[in-house]
Amino acid sequence: MSSITGRSAVDQAPGPAGDVPRGRRRLGDSLFGGAASASGVVVIAIVALTGIFLATRAVPSLLDDKVNFLTSTEWVADPGALRFGILQILWTTVSISVIAMIIAVPVGICNALFLTQYAPRWLARPAASVIDLLAAIPSIVYGLWGIQVFAPHLGGLQTVLNDALGWFPLFGGPISTGTVFIAGVVLAIMVLPIITALSREVFAQTPAANKEGALALGATKWEMIRTAVLPFGRAGVVSASMLGLGRALGETIAITIIVSSVAPGTDFFSSWLQGGETFASKIANNAAEFNDPSSTGAYIAAGLVLFVLTFVVNAIARVIVNRRKAFT
Amino acid sequence: MAKRIDVKDLNVYYGAFKAVEDVSMTVEPRSVTAFIGPSGCGKSTFLRTLNRMHEVIPGGRVEGSVMLDEEDLYSSKVDPVSVRRTVGMVFQRPNPFPTMSIFDNVAAGLRLNGTKNRKVVAETVERSLRGANLWNEVKDRLDKPGAGLSGGQQQRLCIARAIAVEPQVLLMDEPCSALDPISTLAIEDLIVSLKDSFTIVIVTHNMQQAARVSDRTAFFNLAATGKPGRLIEIDDTATIFSNPVQKATEDYISGRFG
Amino acid sequence: MSAVDTGPDTGLSRQSAFAPSRGQGGRAVRNAVATGVMVLAFVIAVVPLVWIIVTVLQKGAGLLPDASWWLNSQRGITPRVVGGGAYHAIIGTILQALATAVIAVPIGIFAAILLVEYAASRLARVVSFTVDILSGLPSIVAALFVYAFWITTLGFSRSGFAVSLALVLLMIPVVVRSTEEMLKLVPNELREASFALGVPKWKTIVRIVLPTAFSGIVTGVLLGLARIMGETAPLLILVGYSQSINTNLFSGNMAALPLMINNDRQQALAPAVERVWAAALTLVLLVLVLNIAGRVIARFSSVKK
Repeated sequence: MSSITGRSAVDQAPGPAGDVPRGRRRLGDSLFGGAASASGVVVIAIVALTGIFLATRAVPSLLDDKVNFLTSTEWVADPGALRFGILQILWTTVSISVIAMIIAVPVGICNALFLTQYAPRWLARPAASVIDLLAAIPSIVYGLWGIQVFAPHLGGLQTVLNDALGWFPLFGGPISTGTVFIAGVVLAIMVLPIITALSREVFAQTPAANKEGALALGATKWEMIRTAVLPFGRAGVVSASMLGLGRALGETIAITIIVSSVAPGTDFFSSWLQGGETFASKIANNAAEFNDPSSTGAYIAAGLVLFVLTFVVNAIARVIVNRRKAFT
Repeated sequence: MAKRIDVKDLNVYYGAFKAVEDVSMTVEPRSVTAFIGPSGCGKSTFLRTLNRMHEVIPGGRVEGSVMLDEEDLYSSKVDPVSVRRTVGMVFQRPNPFPTMSIFDNVAAGLRLNGTKNRKVVAETVERSLRGANLWNEVKDRLDKPGAGLSGGQQQRLCIARAIAVEPQVLLMDEPCSALDPISTLAIEDLIVSLKDSFTIVIVTHNMQQAARVSDRTAFFNLAATGKPGRLIEIDDTATIFSNPVQKATEDYISGRFG
Repeated sequence: MSAVDTGPDTGLSRQSAFAPSRGQGGRAVRNAVATGVMVLAFVIAVVPLVWIIVTVLQKGAGLLPDASWWLNSQRGITPRVVGGGAYHAIIGTILQALATAVIAVPIGIFAAILLVEYAASRLARVVSFTVDILSGLPSIVAALFVYAFWITTLGFSRSGFAVSLALVLLMIPVVVRSTEEMLKLVPNELREASFALGVPKWKTIVRIVLPTAFSGIVTGVLLGLARIMGETAPLLILVGYSQSINTNLFSGNMAALPLMINNDRQQALAPAVERVWAAALTLVLLVLVLNIAGRVIARFSSVKK
């Protein structure tokens, strides 16, 4: 996952015929180089157009919105009577992602440490493949398993949280069938392989000299990890976590399946033990009604917010990695 | 401080492969002993058994005994981690912890050992940096990254880090081979001054360095490629370099091989 | 300071200078706890994987050995009725994936060539950043973009091809990154040798570099296919579900395995429930086979990391 591109020797070298002036490029080279450039332009165009088209289709509906887009919790998408706001959706999306991060980041780091520092060589590679397989399972299967098989096991824990901490808004009842909490835990499992794989990469690159230096001072293995491995990998772990966060924000079908829907027009609620919709699941749940440009625009506006969120998170992740690479 | 090392019939293995065979020697406290010999003859491997660092590589093990003042380093009651607090090591390539400042680098070992008192740590850091002849050069930038120093300064930083935990023995694995001649000289002077407080064992492929710096010299060699390394001869430095007993030693000293 | 004896050699007052002493025992305990935590973390990661696979196998394996599962569609089947198969969904998933690959693979490979073989250009740096952004694009956003562009603006109707277009956005970054990695691994000496023989740049890439990197490219394509076959969001937005076989990507409702699962997932009647899990198992098998094939090919590649 690098953004620093390698340099081909042919790139730096003089032209194939040595002293032939630049103007006389071969046709094959021109066509080929043109195809490569064109593909690059297509990639850039895709991202640019995504932003542009989403914005273009969303703006009319945004202008037509009778309530404040950012602070309202209503969602009525009838053309001509648009009243839609993302406050509740934003809260639900962020909640699920935060729960997923709280679980997945520490477990992912520990897994990465296990794979690179603790596991014997014969175990490390198959073990890494096993964790990567978690990423291969389609989200819809996570959703099915999550709500039908896994959720019942979390019921007890949720009841305990509600009983003990029900006074605190995050854990208020009544507990829904498919809660933000359950979705967060399942999402943690889905996001774990990304964080583990990228953290693994960076921990494996810890210079052996630093590890030996720590050991030679009389450090235990854990102290060596704390002194040499973790500080070295800090930027990589942050970047891995941001990429995991980006993935979590954009997850659609698993959330749609797991989280119970909430009656439209409900006032703002913040409990993690209830249902709700994220940006992605809101769009997915209403896809069948994309008939009128005006009401579709409301959903596209939600998609635009999601696009911006994930863009920012991914950009931060890459900047961290690139800034770090400049020093190695 | 400074302990005596007694090695008896030591064989070093990596898995089934015997790397070093049948070494016996005594290292007196407060002296400098140099290990010389051609590349690959096992001097570094043997050095690492003196602080049980060879065990870091999977399959590393020994047969025989290494005694530090009557204590067997390899007894089953002994934790390798505690051995390394007593026997410190400086490596060929300077390896300051890149994310830490100069101060934190020197203090690293102290803090691991549980020393929390800020005053004690600060005093020890200063004492160690002075002991490593680095204090005057860095005293105004103790909070700057350790990796920002020159090669020779970094190596002296690593030496300061090693002596900060007050080990009994200091092992140095070709400490100057990655440095320029001026830094090398500075470190050689440092070694001579450190021997007042520590027992020092230094591996070097530079014979002149061994001659300049050490009290005793041990010559290691391989019987043939693929065979284990052995200790051929150990004696006072002056004797080794003028009147060695073994022919192989004399051949190596006079440059006929190596 | 360490409790290890550091005073003058007056003789030792305890058993061994190396036995853990006051205050040092805690370090050993913390070390042991840390080891335990790491192992526990691994167990936490493995348990869900095994659980999910076992669940899908248990609930869905019943229908798969039947030939009719693989040959029939769901035409005329209601949730109450036992029978029918997944052929329509399997063929739909495969057709959509192939259409995606036909578009995404050339673009992806050429973009990777731009990044590695023409790396000095400013375009390459911008493209590299953009590919990173694209790889983080949520599938629902890609689907919305295709909806806004292909359907609303250009006026086409929902179809399997629209789904493929959205999947192209998701597959391109996978192909680009894995191809790029493989191209970078090809030693520069090979390129220089070819160049020294007077071979033009484009021919060097086509005849020398790409074949050397070939298995890595194949791996990238297989992993990309595995990823997109499991995507549901574009299907929800860009095509309608059909219970019959439809092999026309460009018109009409089409089936796909995720849609088949989604269609009946809220059913309570046993025949429908069993079909949902059987479709899930079919999808998981398909994706795992591609995934494992991709990794195995990578293992046997001629250029190793």
